[in-house]
Amino acid sequence: MSPTVIITIISLSLLAIVSAVILYFVAQKFKIFEDPRIDQVQEILPAANCGGCGFAGCRNFAEALVAAETFDGLNCPVGGSAVMQSAAGILGKAAVAVDPTVAVLLCNGTPDYRPRTSVYDGAADCRIQHSLYIGETDCSYGCLGNGDCVKACQFDAMYMDPVTQLPVIIDDKCVACGACVKACPRKLIELRKKAKKDRKLYVACSNCDKGGPARRACKVACIACSKCVKACEFGAIVIENNLAYINAAKCTFCRKCVTECPTNSILEFNFPPRKPKVEATAEAINN
Amino acid sequence: MLKTFPIGGIHPPELKLTSDSPIRQLPVPQNITIPITQHIGAPATVMVKKGDSIKTGQLIASVNGFVSSNIHTSVSGIVNKVDTVPDTTGYRQTAVFIDVAGDEWIDTIDRSSDLKKECNLSAEEITKKCLDAGIVGLGGATFPSHVKLSIPKGKKCNVLIINGVECEPYLTSDHRLMLEKGEEIMVGITILMKALVVDKAMIGIENNKKDAIEHLSKLALNYKGITVHPLTVKYPQGAEKQLIKALINREVPSGHLPVDVGAVVHNVGTAFAVYEAVQKNKPLFERVVTITGKSLTNPGNYLVRIGSPVKNLIEAAGGLPEDTGKIINGGPMMGKALNNTDVPVVKGTSGIVLFPDSESKRDEIKPCIRCAKCISACALNLEPHLLATLSLKGLFERAEQERITDCMECGSCSYTCPAGRPLLDYIRLGKSTVIKMARQRNIK
Repeated sequence: MSPTVIITIISLSLLAIVSAVILYFVAQKFKIFEDPRIDQVQEILPAANCGGCGFAGCRNFAEALVAAETFDGLNCPVGGSAVMQSAAGILGKAAVAVDPTVAVLLCNGTPDYRPRTSVYDGAADCRIQHSLYIGETDCSYGCLGNGDCVKACQFDAMYMDPVTQLPVIIDDKCVACGACVKACPRKLIELRKKAKKDRKLYVACSNCDKGGPARRACKVACIACSKCVKACEFGAIVIENNLAYINAAKCTFCRKCVTECPTNSILEFNFPPRKPKVEATAEAINN
Repeated sequence: MLKTFPIGGIHPPELKLTSDSPIRQLPVPQNITIPITQHIGAPATVMVKKGDSIKTGQLIASVNGFVSSNIHTSVSGIVNKVDTVPDTTGYRQTAVFIDVAGDEWIDTIDRSSDLKKECNLSAEEITKKCLDAGIVGLGGATFPSHVKLSIPKGKKCNVLIINGVECEPYLTSDHRLMLEKGEEIMVGITILMKALVVDKAMIGIENNKKDAIEHLSKLALNYKGITVHPLTVKYPQGAEKQLIKALINREVPSGHLPVDVGAVVHNVGTAFAVYEAVQKNKPLFERVVTITGKSLTNPGNYLVRIGSPVKNLIEAAGGLPEDTGKIINGGPMMGKALNNTDVPVVKGTSGIVLFPDSESKRDEIKPCIRCAKCISACALNLEPHLLATLSLKGLFERAEQERITDCMECGSCSYTCPAGRPLLDYIRLGKSTVIKMARQRNIK
């Protein structure tokens, strides 16, 4: 072995040892303690990074969970209570039960119900159309149909129905992250509490005009006649700004309001078929 | 060599079909609807109630704050109701509905047609009269004129610029006004000069209105300090900042007002309205509107009472042609399509243009080919294709750095785009979002 090689090995080894010692002290000096539980919690989060929790991605949410005293106001809508339970298990805190929600569209203005009065040929973007004029129909509150909500959905849970020209939400895929709620310039999407068997009952209208103009613009508009308010035995319906709203926390899904509504603006989904009316009357007489 | 602004600009076909048609009076309709927001700023406060009987020129809604304007009735009759009515965008806003009965004007208005030259009022009194008469900028922006006449402390105005450019294709209302009411406009300008305490006024007129240039130049000889300047025909020369650059070669910096460079700009229509308000005590309740279109049998310029429905105007011009594809409120470049002809004419309505179906369709949207035609067309030295992309992708902070709020929405970029991209639509979206962001930041 030539002396050159030996000198090279020794000098490089010395250099390595000196560097290692410096690095060791620097690492001690600038040490950052990171709670190992953040990694554990992040591991069980869905990694969708959708922002539905209100934080910038799952890592940020995991940090917030670890730092939080209690889980009040913290919820991962994608993972639901299962994920929140296991996160609580890791952190030794109590999980707060949050009802799962699902997005619903508060408009039912299909072309049959809501005739088109003009043609829009500008940029196909709801926000732009909303800022330019009321849209192709006479309803200044209803769906514009350019699908900003569909573009915002990261979970493939929405699509535009070519016949109704309204977006459709696929309940099984919807994780209630709220991206569509933010995307809609007319605030037509609401996250509502999921009921058993995926039942849904809500006023599918957002028109705040008085009854006359609302009805002229759309056959299934809420005209704020307050028949549903009277029909509801549980005080779940209120009328504000010429618009009825069903409070999901109080609603018992009795469906009385649905039959009362003169404009059929209250929609029901996933309910068993109603008994024919004749039978119902006969039963009532027998009783 | 004629004067003009140096950067950008386009020259669409002029199509001034109605430049030879004298101003006619549109008959007063049976019912009239007067919206209480016809200006930039806070909506006026309604002063009348159902059943009130009112005379033409009476105040029906009064100013609400400094940047706001008075609204007067344009007819005499009885207030039917105060309710909401769809405006030019279709969204509902508050308006006063009036059933017309006769045409009885309030006593203070001087209805004679004599020219009244002398004005002995002080600057404050003139500004007060403009405020009382509800004068707003009649070029289309409807900014309250009394605000422009109140020069902020510490600033000085040394030249008054009168905008007779009318660079929008089709429109001729200002052109006709200059030809028929030249003398009144001159007196109006001297009054405005007095209010601003300046001794120099420059009237800018595009060279496609040679008769108006000649007429006003002749009249200007009798008025001290007023000069008339022909300008190269180029859109958007009627924009404040472009006109200032063209006439006095001063550049208004980004985010500043014309008064910061010592200039105030008023439209010729506003000068005429100021004359009527100060010398004749007549509030602003009628204006000249051009109704035009290639298929109309009888296009023309009409003196219209504010609040008359647009459909009456179309009727007067020979009825709605069968091939109509689009009805534009304003000029074809900056105007917006109407979805309803029942909407009332307001202070800002300079024209109604009817387009045949074949000309009203937009091009198919194709990808940007980076030809940079939009950059050459932009009069404000912006990069429209970049601003549009940034808005579309939601990169609003970057768009703000690229001065998206400077955009005056003249539409030259969309007009010139060979790929048919609706650049202005995208930019408007970004601009409104950036303005909202800035406002929230200021609150914090």
